[in-house]
Amino acid sequence: MIPRHLQIAFGILLLAVLGMGFYVGRIRGRAQQAEPAADSRPVAPPAPGPTERVTLYVANDAGGILRAQAASIPLPYARQQRAEELLRALLDIYLGKDSPHPLAVGSEVRAVYLVDPGLVVIDLNAAFANGHRSGVLEEELTVTSIIQTLAANIPDILRVKFLVEGKERDTLAGHADLSTMYDTIAVSQLVAQMQ
Amino acid sequence: MGFSRSNAFRRLRLWARSRTATRVLALVLTIAIVPLHSADEKHIVIYAPGTTFSLPVTDRDGREYVGLLESVEPLGTVSARVDGTHWKLRYNDGESDFTASRNRARVRGHDMDFPGNFLLENNRGLVPLVSLGTLLPRILNASVSFNPVSRRLFVGNVATHFTAQLSKTTPPRLLMNFTAPVNPTIATEPGRLRMSFTREPLVAPGTPTLTFDDKSIPSATYLENNGVAEITVNGGTPLMASFSNDGRTITIAPVPQQPPGPPQAPAPAQNLPSAAVPGNAPKAVPANATHYYAVIDPSHGGDDRGVALSDSLAEKDITLSLARRLRQEFESRGIPTLVLRDSDVNVPLDERAAQTNTAHPTIYVALHAASDGKGVRLYTALLPSGVENNGPFVAWDTAQTRLLPTSKAAAQNVAAEFQRRQLPVRTLQAPLRPLNNLTTAAIAVEVAPASGDVADLTQPAYQQNVVSGIATAIASMHNQLGGAP
Repeated sequence: MIPRHLQIAFGILLLAVLGMGFYVGRIRGRAQQAEPAADSRPVAPPAPGPTERVTLYVANDAGGILRAQAASIPLPYARQQRAEELLRALLDIYLGKDSPHPLAVGSEVRAVYLVDPGLVVIDLNAAFANGHRSGVLEEELTVTSIIQTLAANIPDILRVKFLVEGKERDTLAGHADLSTMYDTIAVSQLVAQMQ
Repeated sequence: MGFSRSNAFRRLRLWARSRTATRVLALVLTIAIVPLHSADEKHIVIYAPGTTFSLPVTDRDGREYVGLLESVEPLGTVSARVDGTHWKLRYNDGESDFTASRNRARVRGHDMDFPGNFLLENNRGLVPLVSLGTLLPRILNASVSFNPVSRRLFVGNVATHFTAQLSKTTPPRLLMNFTAPVNPTIATEPGRLRMSFTREPLVAPGTPTLTFDDKSIPSATYLENNGVAEITVNGGTPLMASFSNDGRTITIAPVPQQPPGPPQAPAPAQNLPSAAVPGNAPKAVPANATHYYAVIDPSHGGDDRGVALSDSLAEKDITLSLARRLRQEFESRGIPTLVLRDSDVNVPLDERAAQTNTAHPTIYVALHAASDGKGVRLYTALLPSGVENNGPFVAWDTAQTRLLPTSKAAAQNVAAEFQRRQLPVRTLQAPLRPLNNLTTAAIAVEVAPASGDVADLTQPAYQQNVVSGIATAIASMHNQLGGAP
């Protein structure tokens, strides 16, 4: 003879299993209905935060200088996405019609990674590096412009490392060293000389 | 047995003594002979608009010979090739054809005879020294004046003349005015002051001996020998020289008498570069230095062309040309110099750094060229802040840390010299390898066109002005740089 309390517990468990099975079935059905609809829609851009006023350090070939230039751009809250948006805004200037420091057509920043407290890794695409004009000052202006723009707008960036297509590279276009990590304090001091 | 052993020991001692004596004798002879040999080494000095260079003269069959390619290379666009027994030289738009062991050549379409045979040694063409006076006017298509006795050759109208006039003030002063700035090496010794002009195209006055009616400065003589012009001013008292008028005037006057005071050691004979000013006299670079004082790094090379300055002009070619000129400028100032590449080869950056660090020079100069901007840009290493390299081992990426202040001082000094020459100049730090890997004072010089026209970069006069500025500045700060390892 099965005790009464065990019969009640078994009944409750049976009801719970049946309930869970019904719930999982409903969820799966909804997911299958939602999937084709998601594929057919364009990928939504990252949800921008409010427009913020930032300082871009823009290279100018005419005087061989960097100019601090104020801009208002929508910035997400996440630091990594903020970094990408900042560099996108900077490259828009360099790839524009009246660029003060032209970059090769197709130049892009593939990704920005905040991999360690204080360390930023910037992955450039091949067109950026292979099409960059060669020269000590030209290359230095590009590198310092990118680093200083990030350091000025995102707190606590201490070091910056460049990759090209995800791989290490000796120089940008024969001169500016990409093999080592850049110290943002040293770059800030250099930028002060270049303004 | 005991006798024979002691005999053997005695022989061994005698042998050891004789070996020691031989070594000491060899050392003494070496010390005695080497400076004489180097002093007697024959040179020809060629003066041309915008450049002055010295070439070694070698003896073959009792006749003096000189390399023909080297004689014209700094003056224009030059190439040479060997075709069997023929050696063909192309200078700018003219071609010359020389035949080994013949004394006849075809220069710009004309046959020419010259004294002595043309020699072809390891693809290098040698011509008799005395033939330069007849060959070069035709090859260069320019007027040439040659003194084979003093081995001084002038291309075009480059001569610097001078006048000497005694001013009978108290004390008397000898004013020597030159038609162009001069920078002689000055040596003082009892009773005379000697000025050696190794780079200036100084020519003789009307008479080689100038006499003045004065006891303090009775006379001066002019002499030329082995590519050097020398003016010796004879004095009844110790003399000193001072410069004015941007180096166009040298004033010779008796050294002011010291007021009575504690006895002082007698002043030794001095041999100072003329840029010396009292209290800041640079030491002469020791002639028997066992290490290279300067390392020159012509950047790029081989398949690494550097900046494409124009359709046909690559950065690697300009840097090599500048490096050769800079080496001449350094060596004419007695600065032993190593050039990291002297041909069109690619040397990896790490290897350039390793070669430099192994040579332990006092200064490293990297040469770059650019088409953008104007003038010269000077760079020192961009290093992380707060890095210290004080231990026995230094990090490769920050090896320059300890030397950075010296490097910056060198860059500032070179910048000041360029400003004196009215060349636009800018000093910056840069992430430019191998500057950060070097354990010596290190600067990089990026030469852009003077006027914005990229053709400036190939102009001998512009190149010479730049390298002369670098060499002058670095030679003048020998005391500061001397402290570097």
